[in-house]
Amino acid sequence: MSVDKDTVRRVASLARIAVEEQDLEPLAGELNGILDWVEQLNEVNVDGVEPMTSVTPMALKQRADGVTDGDRRNDILANAPDHREGFFAVPKVVE
Amino acid sequence: MMADLSSLTIAGARDLMRSGEALAQDIAEACLAEISTASALNAVCHSTSEKALEMAEAADARRAAGEDIGVLGIPIAVKDLFCTAGFASQAASRILDGFVPTYESTVTENLWDRGAVMICKTGMDEFAMGSSTETSCYGPAVNPWRRTGDETPITPGGSSGGSSTAVAANLCMAALGTDTGGSIRQPAALTGTIGLKPTYGRCSRWGIVAFASSLDQAGPMTKTVRDAAILLGAMAGHDAKDSTSADIAVPDFEAALTGDIRGKRIGIPAEYREGLPDEMEAYWQNGMQMLRDAGAEMVDISLPHTKYALPAYYIIAPAEASSNLARYDGVRYGNRAALGENDGIVDLYEKTRAAGFGAEVKRRVLIGTYVLSAGYYDAYYLRAQKVRRLILRDFEEAWTRCDVILTPTTPEPGFGLGEVSDPLAMYLQDVYTVTVNLAGLPGLSVPIGLSESGLPLGLQLIGKPWDEAGILNVGNELEARAAFTARPDKWWI
Repeated sequence: MSVDKDTVRRVASLARIAVEEQDLEPLAGELNGILDWVEQLNEVNVDGVEPMTSVTPMALKQRADGVTDGDRRNDILANAPDHREGFFAVPKVVE
Repeated sequence: MMADLSSLTIAGARDLMRSGEALAQDIAEACLAEISTASALNAVCHSTSEKALEMAEAADARRAAGEDIGVLGIPIAVKDLFCTAGFASQAASRILDGFVPTYESTVTENLWDRGAVMICKTGMDEFAMGSSTETSCYGPAVNPWRRTGDETPITPGGSSGGSSTAVAANLCMAALGTDTGGSIRQPAALTGTIGLKPTYGRCSRWGIVAFASSLDQAGPMTKTVRDAAILLGAMAGHDAKDSTSADIAVPDFEAALTGDIRGKRIGIPAEYREGLPDEMEAYWQNGMQMLRDAGAEMVDISLPHTKYALPAYYIIAPAEASSNLARYDGVRYGNRAALGENDGIVDLYEKTRAAGFGAEVKRRVLIGTYVLSAGYYDAYYLRAQKVRRLILRDFEEAWTRCDVILTPTTPEPGFGLGEVSDPLAMYLQDVYTVTVNLAGLPGLSVPIGLSESGLPLGLQLIGKPWDEAGILNVGNELEARAAFTARPDKWWI
């Protein structure tokens, strides 16, 4: 499997990273270099192997469904590039 | 006197403070003096000097009141990946330019609660993605070590290269690093220092900027194995805010340094011999002999899926990163790109991320997005997770035959800054360390000697889950017998 310019454009759009038209081709080359190299995993027989989803064998902890934190509006907004009247501010989303 | 204090170990400084021969303030001042003359090393990305002096004064007051904890008054350098309340924490990325957390990471909070002193924040590869600190928005840190008779600036390794530099150059007593594929152990090996990646879950990940959540783990970077034991004990412990942090008791790691490793079975994996340069092979053999002399037994083992660890890692880690880094959207924190009059919300995201992320981070986010995208998930991500299970099984099989595994940390000493430009060649830096992250195990790098070119080399000890004490005890013997006392010439003053 190898990626072309259009695939890079689509993936960049999914990743929400603007890529200039002239950068698509070189980027495809770089990504193909990495993808060609990881192809060697196809040599491994993984029949019947369960994918590893937990690093250490332990059950995920559960906790009571209670309020443990809150009332931190100013802390949360402290690093916002733009905030107004207690809300994050962004360009118009709905026309 | 000042220079002498900065070159102390944690244990040495603890003794001097206990006996009243030095105050935490004296030690902090000595380190700050070293920092002020070390700008050529570019290890420090944010100064915390005023805070450090305040913390040292408070530590002295606590000691005067009768407290005596291992890290009380000890100056620690903190990797920029840790959120430190009120101090810039930006993972060496432009996208977090200006970000000042309002909260403290659990690991640093544990240390400050115990009276440690934040001496500075250290540079790193952007979002911990790199092996040389060259992807940092602050520019690379420079290894205190140089090749003999050669002024080429050498990488201190990465991603925790600012921290390894700070330890090697005596800018601090010890430093915090994080390790996702080798980011503590490789920089330690390249700077002649000690680096310990604990078992996944030993230290809380809360408040540490996330790269790949199933692989990331914080750990100590120190001048001696004993110091690593002391610092890990102060960092570790269960944290309700990280559901993957283990709810198990933290042992007294320092007490585990018994000096007795007789009868320990040390596994030597055949696969690590492939393509290993002669110089490193010879040091590996030396290390085996030192442990034999200490009464341990060498056992040949096989880790057959070793060669597939890096390719599996370069699917899993970017996949997790693409998800974790989705939060950098220019809305809630960090840097927002300048927008045109007609730009909408998607332009905001796309322009902010294009301007804020460096080339390596973009590459990994794109790879991660691709391998998780519809139609490719099974072929890449799922297969990599299956290979990861096989790598774990290799280790489980090995533990039936040995207690600890001994390997090189890296194939070669540090390279010159700018000498490795191909991303794939850079990824190979982690060839001996990355299996440990995939399997969630603890790993310790200990300096073993100098290369022919005059640069440090390290050996790695890999342990069973939760057996940091075991690898620290063996590491302590290796350290004593290797007697690595060489110091870099202080060219940076």
